[in-house]
Amino acid sequence: MAELNQEHESHKLGMHTEQLSGRTQQVFFSPSAEENFTYPDGIEVDFGKSAEFDAGPMEISDINLKIRELMKSGHGTITIKNPGAKHSLGVGILNRLNLNFEGSLGYFGCGLVDGPNIRISGRVGWSCAENMMAGTVVIEKNAGSTFGAAMRGGDLVCKGDVGSRTGIDQKGGTIIIGGRAGAFTGFMMQRGRIIILGDAGKNLGDSMYDGTIFVGGKIEDLGVDAVEGEITDGEASWLEAKLALYGMKAPNGVKNLTKIVAGKQLWNYDNLEPAEKKLVL
Amino acid sequence: MANDIDHFINTDGLDSEREKTIGQHIGYRYDVNLVPDYDRITPFLKKYMETMGWADLNWLEDVHMGYEESRAAVFDRNINGWVTVPPEMELPDNQQDRDMIARELLIKFQMSADHPMVELNKAYAKF
Repeated sequence: MAELNQEHESHKLGMHTEQLSGRTQQVFFSPSAEENFTYPDGIEVDFGKSAEFDAGPMEISDINLKIRELMKSGHGTITIKNPGAKHSLGVGILNRLNLNFEGSLGYFGCGLVDGPNIRISGRVGWSCAENMMAGTVVIEKNAGSTFGAAMRGGDLVCKGDVGSRTGIDQKGGTIIIGGRAGAFTGFMMQRGRIIILGDAGKNLGDSMYDGTIFVGGKIEDLGVDAVEGEITDGEASWLEAKLALYGMKAPNGVKNLTKIVAGKQLWNYDNLEPAEKKLVL
Repeated sequence: MANDIDHFINTDGLDSEREKTIGQHIGYRYDVNLVPDYDRITPFLKKYMETMGWADLNWLEDVHMGYEESRAAVFDRNINGWVTVPPEMELPDNQQDRDMIARELLIKFQMSADHPMVELNKAYAKF
């Protein structure tokens, strides 16, 4: 194993001696800041410039490196043929990009993405789009469990069925499921939205802190502290528009979706008296 | 949520008995479930959506103007901290317009060369 060098660039920048205090950083916005729409270190790509390659004979890391190379040469639309259900494809893309997979992905596909629009014509395995930050990921068929785990933003769409624990620890963004969702969907979600057009499995929204779940079919049962809410007019028009973006429709109209929210009895749970905890559970 | 839009600017936000006992507000200081009103979208945000190839606000739907330590502020997930809205900036009288301002300010900040992530990237980036 190579010897670890402790003298990083970060030491020179003083990042290890800085005194951290409080939760609020005293950083102020500058309303006159220049109009930039991409990260300063983002790669300049052109959606009109496209490329495709066959991933069949390639290793996982080579496929991901090839995507980066194509982006660096300005390609904004990339099509990958024969992904062969390989794991961890299309991860860590922090850029605008149109990425198409013609086939299925294995585990952890499209994780940690911030910006791209990804379309997968087949299925995906566990933890697709885990920690997704922004962009769109659309899967034409089914998805495995922990779909969109810890997701923070963007739209994640599965037109088929999804496994259990979909949206576990979700912190933002929208997950749309065309078919059924497995048990513990929305487990410990903190914010964001999940739209299930089919049926939902056991313990829906268990221990959710905040966020909203909409269900078009039957709900097997609700988890601890998940309760029914009422759809507002703003939410109804938002739902209509969001589903239309992906060519989807609520089975009996958006007004007839069942809305599930947090009962908020678990808020500040540690400070509850033992008798109060018993009541909640 | 409180009816007064400036509730968390003008008060400490400790309303319930439990909040007073523990000395901290429980829950978010703004409605995290408020969906955007697209009639109020700004030209800057429209341009941003076009650049990214999105038909709606995408991740910005979860960005709201919040209130931290009695100041209007926006949470920047990239630095895991609140960024304060300049005090001289006049705030609209409704949350939807405030949220649109918050989204604009956050994009300008995140895409600026002065953003703290630029320094961190220089120090730690692997690719």
